[in-house]
Amino acid sequence: MFEEIGTTTEGDLIINVGPQHPATHGVLHLVITLNGETIKKLEPHLGYIHRSIEKMCESLTYRQFIYVTSRMDYLSAHINNQACALVVEKGLQIEVPDRAKVIRVLMAELTRIASHELWWGAMAMDIGAFTPFFHAFRERETINDIMEETCGARLTMNYMVPGGVMQELHPNFQKKVKEFIKLFRLKVHEYEELLTGNIIFKNRMKDVGVLSKEDAISYGCTGPVGRGSGVSCDIRKLYPYDAYDKVQFDEVIETAGDSLARYMVRIKELHQSISIIEQLIDNIPEGDYQAKTKAVLKLPKGEFYQRVETARGEFGVYIVSEGGTTPHRIKFRSPGFSNLSALDKMARGSKLGDLVAMMGTLDLVIPDIDR
Amino acid sequence: MWSFSNIAGSIQNWLNQTFSPTWSLVMQMIIAGIAVISLFAVLGLILVLMERKVSAWMQIRLGPNRVGPKGILQTFADTLKLLVKEGLTPAGADKLLFNLAPVLALVVGMLLMAPIAFAKDFQLWNLNIGVLYVSAVSSIMVISILMAGWASNNKYSLMGAMRSGAQIVSYELSAGLSILTIVVLCGSLNIPDIIYSQADGWWIFKGHIPAIISFVIFIIAVTAETNRAPFDLAEAESELTAGFHTEYSGMKFALFFLAEYVNVFIVCAIGATLFLGGWMPFHIGQWQSFNHVMDYIPSSIWFFGKTFFLIFLIMWFRWTFPRLRIDQLLNLEWKYLLPISMINLLLVTVIAILGWHF
Repeated sequence: MFEEIGTTTEGDLIINVGPQHPATHGVLHLVITLNGETIKKLEPHLGYIHRSIEKMCESLTYRQFIYVTSRMDYLSAHINNQACALVVEKGLQIEVPDRAKVIRVLMAELTRIASHELWWGAMAMDIGAFTPFFHAFRERETINDIMEETCGARLTMNYMVPGGVMQELHPNFQKKVKEFIKLFRLKVHEYEELLTGNIIFKNRMKDVGVLSKEDAISYGCTGPVGRGSGVSCDIRKLYPYDAYDKVQFDEVIETAGDSLARYMVRIKELHQSISIIEQLIDNIPEGDYQAKTKAVLKLPKGEFYQRVETARGEFGVYIVSEGGTTPHRIKFRSPGFSNLSALDKMARGSKLGDLVAMMGTLDLVIPDIDR
Repeated sequence: MWSFSNIAGSIQNWLNQTFSPTWSLVMQMIIAGIAVISLFAVLGLILVLMERKVSAWMQIRLGPNRVGPKGILQTFADTLKLLVKEGLTPAGADKLLFNLAPVLALVVGMLLMAPIAFAKDFQLWNLNIGVLYVSAVSSIMVISILMAGWASNNKYSLMGAMRSGAQIVSYELSAGLSILTIVVLCGSLNIPDIIYSQADGWWIFKGHIPAIISFVIFIIAVTAETNRAPFDLAEAESELTAGFHTEYSGMKFALFFLAEYVNVFIVCAIGATLFLGGWMPFHIGQWQSFNHVMDYIPSSIWFFGKTFFLIFLIMWFRWTFPRLRIDQLLNLEWKYLLPISMINLLLVTVIAILGWHF
């Protein structure tokens, strides 16, 4: 079946990387045409973890469909939920209390740190360094504990609901987050000492998988991948939602477009996330954590779109409503799908060993690509 | 004093008194063979456990801690599991080569045990070209990897084997040249001679800067030769799943695994012999009392201590560095290590001719 794919001149080797392979971190299937060690062509095959989440959402109410989105990009579960809550609030014109907005931003930034930490460890493991993975997971565990206290879950939190957040913050929340931030500032330096300055690491990353600004735009790359190529695409900055217009932070942009640039964007974003959390953690306004909403939500007839910045890039929710209790049509714009599509462009002409470095810095979460 | 050479001597005496000379020789060979095989097994068990404990220590984990006290029986359990597992031979594989490859890897490891001096005057085979023998036999290792990769009928295995072939053949040059610097300094290929030449100071201390350079090059080159990270391209997990032994299972896989660790032991033993004085105790110039205390430590402990220090160093590399890419790997050898070691050899030859070493 796979022999037909690609331009197979004499002597080319066709390799199936995946669906079960240590580097794909999930059930992604890449068909690679190799000439020796050099990649001539790369074709991603999807569908191994397709659960038709969009179709499922069409038969769920506006309160229920949010929970399914935690299962897409499970590392940015909070932020996916946030996007869905925001689009419903937009449709019903619900005024969200300030307290809820700030809590949402705090949770989203903690999620971003947790996600970047997992990426850092997994990417290091891809290029052959095993130890960073354990160092990254040590701090990620602390975030999971904080999430567990407030949301009751560690991975699929389902904390954001239309109108605010589901419940009040845990009394320990502020104290624990402050402790974590204090510790984490030191740990980021430790991460950089362990990996960023390493000469082998730099050689593996520099000028590998270069994606020009034009290509990044035409492939629709967003998030750290787009910003690594010099595209200004931080939704938090360009189209602020919730409390992002109240905080000061920089949009991290690198212009090199190679794997090292994408790596540096994420490391610098960790610092930005820390600063956002520090600005908000002592200034959580008093008030309700949830606006009063009707028991049954019915979006008016029309089309609604909301985009947010997840750890991987721009995540969009598009809802077509016929005025019923469930969405008539729903479409998610997931960042991973667009970022993956640029992989072929990046990989052509580079060595097989570079492929894992590129995939590592694309930060692919397969259930996000393949919904 | 208690030492290996005394024990070996008394066994030999007893054999000579009890049996005719021919039978005595046969018995000696059988005992030596059994000793090598059991050393092989013990080393495998110890090194695998050591690797897991070292990695756990570096990764803030506990490592194996359930089977036996502090997990020391973990490798026994793993070996038992591998023994009872089915050894699959994939369809389309070259059965002869596929089954021969792990055995060959093991045999190479056993052959390399012969000229190593484990303690004072304790050696299986005192060969007058010991160092040359080690370099020659260790290059057979690549054949077993190529055989495994080719016979598996698997693309990942084939790529791993090809990488490994390019890598081992290249890095052998640097390893050989850095061994040569010591050979030039002491003027002998015989391993006991090399060790005795370090009686008043190990070569790494008294061989000037060239000896230190060749020691560093030697460690890098043998790390690459044994396919250990950061040069583990032959079995690069995230690229080639398991490289040349992807298709191996059960005991056949275990043999490759064992051969890898024994090879690490052997190259570290050679490194310890050449640069760190083998079983020679650590002496400081005229400090008579200090030197005397050092002499009381048995020579086998000195040898194994130095060897395990080098093994720890190689394990440390593995759990710290990311993996190199194939072209970077070959660049490192051909553009940096090889010219440096050639110039270094030239330098050492000049030093040796002019008699500047002490």
